[in-house]
Amino acid sequence: MTTTATGYHELPRLIGLMTGDEKHAAAATSTVDVLWVLYDRVLDISPRKIGDPRRDRFLLSKGHGPMAYYAVLAAKGFIREADLLGWAGVESKLGMHPDRVRVPGVEISSGSLGHGLGLAIGEVYGLRAQRIGARVVVLVGDAELDEGSNHEAIALAGREGMAALTAVVVDNRSASHGWPGGIGRRFEVEGWTARTVDGRDHEALYEAFTAPHPGRPLAVIAEVEAKN
Amino acid sequence: MSMRDAFASTMDEAMAVDPRLALVLADISVDRVRPVQRRHPNRVINVGIREQLLVGVAGGLALSGMRPVVHTFASFLVERPFEQVKLDLGHQGVGAVLVSSGASYDMSYAGRTHQSPGDVALMDSLPGWTVHVPGHPAEARRLLCESLPGDSSVYLRLSEAVNAEPFIGVGFQALRRGSAGVVLAVGPMLDRVLAATATLDVTVLYASTVRPFDAAGLRAAVDASSANVVLVEPYLAGTSAHQVAEALDDRPHRLRSLGVRRDREVRIYGGMADHDVAHGLDEQGIAASVRAFLGR
Repeated sequence: MTTTATGYHELPRLIGLMTGDEKHAAAATSTVDVLWVLYDRVLDISPRKIGDPRRDRFLLSKGHGPMAYYAVLAAKGFIREADLLGWAGVESKLGMHPDRVRVPGVEISSGSLGHGLGLAIGEVYGLRAQRIGARVVVLVGDAELDEGSNHEAIALAGREGMAALTAVVVDNRSASHGWPGGIGRRFEVEGWTARTVDGRDHEALYEAFTAPHPGRPLAVIAEVEAKN
Repeated sequence: MSMRDAFASTMDEAMAVDPRLALVLADISVDRVRPVQRRHPNRVINVGIREQLLVGVAGGLALSGMRPVVHTFASFLVERPFEQVKLDLGHQGVGAVLVSSGASYDMSYAGRTHQSPGDVALMDSLPGWTVHVPGHPAEARRLLCESLPGDSSVYLRLSEAVNAEPFIGVGFQALRRGSAGVVLAVGPMLDRVLAATATLDVTVLYASTVRPFDAAGLRAAVDASSANVVLVEPYLAGTSAHQVAEALDDRPHRLRSLGVRRDREVRIYGGMADHDVAHGLDEQGIAASVRAFLGR
């Protein structure tokens, strides 16, 4: 849909600059397709809009394994390709967990699980108070949902009918005790619209992110191959 | 008027003129700010009994450009969601005004669950926080008004324990001069320190702001008196001891730290005065400690 100098097919090479193993590391990265669809087709953000209060926000709550995130940021021009080399080294601004103070375009510093949804809800409140109609998308992992803080957040966002909020749960079945009945059900019972799709299918992801969900926050459960 | 009442009325006035302000609550004090909530429904946010979310929402508000003021009891504002304070505010590079009530044992009858003597020590483990410990509602109002503009990180610790008169000033204020040593009274400890030291030849300093610590003020007071320092803090004993050590690092000195005891949990109910006695923070307890320390 959107033409860019560096596209989806470039991501394995960019990830390889960090991991040194482009074929396997890229395929094993559970978030890469979700991130690409969001940055390429869904979100109204660009390197030129980093400081624009009306920009859409993407919050990577699951901060570990950020190689795909950095690769997408590089592909979209937020950071330089050269930044990927030597990542997590003492001279790099790219760490094993992203730091918003150091990386242009990174909306939150994450790493400890269970913080992104609460921050996202605060952003939605803040944008609402300022009459800014931007969208806030937060990515969490299925194991991250174990953290109780998420359930404080899911309940409140549902009750507030925060249509500006989207939570995308990348589900690689890594939660130790699982989510019987499905992850989407946890959101629906609190008043969210939930859509469960193939997390590798770009068209399905795009449709899930963009179909209307008036008066309700949206949960997209992006299922990918199991971690183990 | 209590400090909590002063907080509610000051927020009412401030939110009417500053559209950046947002007040975030977790059920505590909601009744006190109903009129404010009616006037500013998009900026008075009650998240329910969800304290991790309370601080997380504040972080998100700040990231969006708002100025969050966050309030609940100290135990549920600092201790329970401490990682949110550390990560959702400080690590994100954004500030907020955290306003606690309950202090160390205002809810003396409620037991340990509602008491937070370690709050200032915990905040002290994070960089960049200003910590105010007012001793009077008028001081609370002034310190809140000072904290609202900008993006700084402020912890404002409200208490039911108060002094008879407010002292509005910057830094450590010398309320009495003497030659045998310096007694630093923090917030609500002032009146009892003045009474406990009435017949002693000591300097009494008063602080309603403990971070940043007025090292220059303490040094000047010590230079004009003696290098015998007594800290009297209404929270964990010795919370500011390291600040005294740094302030006087080129001067031989002695230090006695009074405050909420660290050696054991005080498992009593009763009134605040009973807890004062249990921690040696009543007038007699302070007098005995200061006299013993000074050898008088």
